[in-house]
Amino acid sequence: MSRPAKGFIAGVFEHPTRKAVDKTIPQLHAEVALGALKDAGLTKDDVDGYFCAGDAPGLGGLSMAEYMGLKVRHIDTTETGGSSYTVHVGHAVDAIAAGRCSVALVTLAGRPRADGVATLGSRNYGPASPDVGFELPYGPAITNLYGMAAMRHMYAYGTTSEQLAWIKVAASHHAQHNEHALLRDVVTVDDVLNSPMIADPLHRLDCCVISDGGGALVIVGPEVARSLGGRCVKVLGTGEAVKHLNGGKVDLSHNGAAMSGPIAFAEAELTPADMDYVSIYDSFTITVLQTLEDLGFCEKGAGGRFVADGNLISGVGKLPFNTDGGGLCNNHPGNRGGMTKVIEAVRQLRGEAHPKVQVPDCTLALAHGTGGSIATRMGSATVILGRNDA
Amino acid sequence: MSMAERTYPDPTTNLETERYWAAARDGKLLIKTCNACGEAHYYPREICPHCGSTDTEWREASGKGTIYSYSVMRRAETPYVIAYVTLDEGVTMMTNIVDADFDAIAIGKAVEVTFRATEGGMALPVFRLAGEG
Ligand SMILES: [Zn+2]
Repeated sequence: MSRPAKGFIAGVFEHPTRKAVDKTIPQLHAEVALGALKDAGLTKDDVDGYFCAGDAPGLGGLSMAEYMGLKVRHIDTTETGGSSYTVHVGHAVDAIAAGRCSVALVTLAGRPRADGVATLGSRNYGPASPDVGFELPYGPAITNLYGMAAMRHMYAYGTTSEQLAWIKVAASHHAQHNEHALLRDVVTVDDVLNSPMIADPLHRLDCCVISDGGGALVIVGPEVARSLGGRCVKVLGTGEAVKHLNGGKVDLSHNGAAMSGPIAFAEAELTPADMDYVSIYDSFTITVLQTLEDLGFCEKGAGGRFVADGNLISGVGKLPFNTDGGGLCNNHPGNRGGMTKVIEAVRQLRGEAHPKVQVPDCTLALAHGTGGSIATRMGSATVILGRNDA
Repeated sequence: MSMAERTYPDPTTNLETERYWAAARDGKLLIKTCNACGEAHYYPREICPHCGSTDTEWREASGKGTIYSYSVMRRAETPYVIAYVTLDEGVTMMTNIVDADFDAIAIGKAVEVTFRATEGGMALPVFRLAGEG
């Protein structure tokens, strides 16, 4: 089969560090850029399109292009939180198809661990943000916003803490094989339930890790891909969505994946059942559960039963997910997990995941990013990828 | 009843919202309603987010609603309850549930507005379980 692809992911790189006390954020951006370019067999002089998001310091893309010495004719600094880099895949493919650039570089870097950034506090986006007066005094942290989504899911569908815990258990089974993973110990459902409650109903082990580092992607068009050979991965479909509080008509029952998923599947002319592997954004266990429902891997409300009993464990269950250990166990660089989701999907399609978690004959894969706060003020992006011969 | 309560930071105000906060100081919860499409919205804006009309008007809300969802922030220095409360007028707002045992709070329970002084002496609408004030 040879499915048409507008663009290809030619190179990926995940920074091996998880605590970058000896590196600056611009330095991390440059290190991941060079890593992904080397992986692609290209150099920084080949780059003519640059993509980055809110983690890039200073004037963002301008400052990073200057630091790295890039000379570009296309720039895109779309910021949708942790999903930004998943969004950038679609934007890069479209820019290449439109002739705006031929080699697109996407970078992410951060060092919240080295900087000791607190996670229980509220994020203040500044007094000009129109929502801030009506939210900040009430103490919204990331954990209790996702906690409210989980509480509502339990209320509406009978989802249990045990079912959510299975998502962490599956991630930990994968992370044990990743030498760079922050948490490599295999955990049980009881381990998750016995970890301290952070924000009901989310325990400490329902939460992702905090880590430093970053990652980069190199995206090219068909012509450049042909010159680079078989390791290029096809971008078959992309979709993005914005979901917000809708003037007070708050709906926590679904997130933006319910909109971005169908767009991506339609472009790829594929369905959830066609996917051999999925990278699902996993800031919290509830993020995975709700997203799997919204992408159509199971019926709405059936996510708890779907993820239970090891169904997400590679080699055990029906839908292997986040085989690098995901954000829950491996890496969530800069508190933004959209980059590493794409990278592990590319590894799977190249057959370069760890042998213990590699999906046999992995041909079609999905990567999904979730940014902002789930179902309330968020950006979602879905990317469908195929092996070079898919 | 729950123990100590956290201190409340001052809300940020601006030209569009200062009337809301002034009313809160008088013990009133205001919401914005659109005269063009008839829909209420929250947080309040000069321009209706539903239809784009500039003909929006402040109305006093009943202060009654139900809990849409909530989460107890256990790891905070002083644990507290964040919630989305759906007002009888139809809009859902972020708030805190106060004066309640954490275990007594549940989705769907009726609540009523009350107010808390913030650090700088402003007033913040919060909610307590109805009939227990
Ligand atoms: Zn209107």
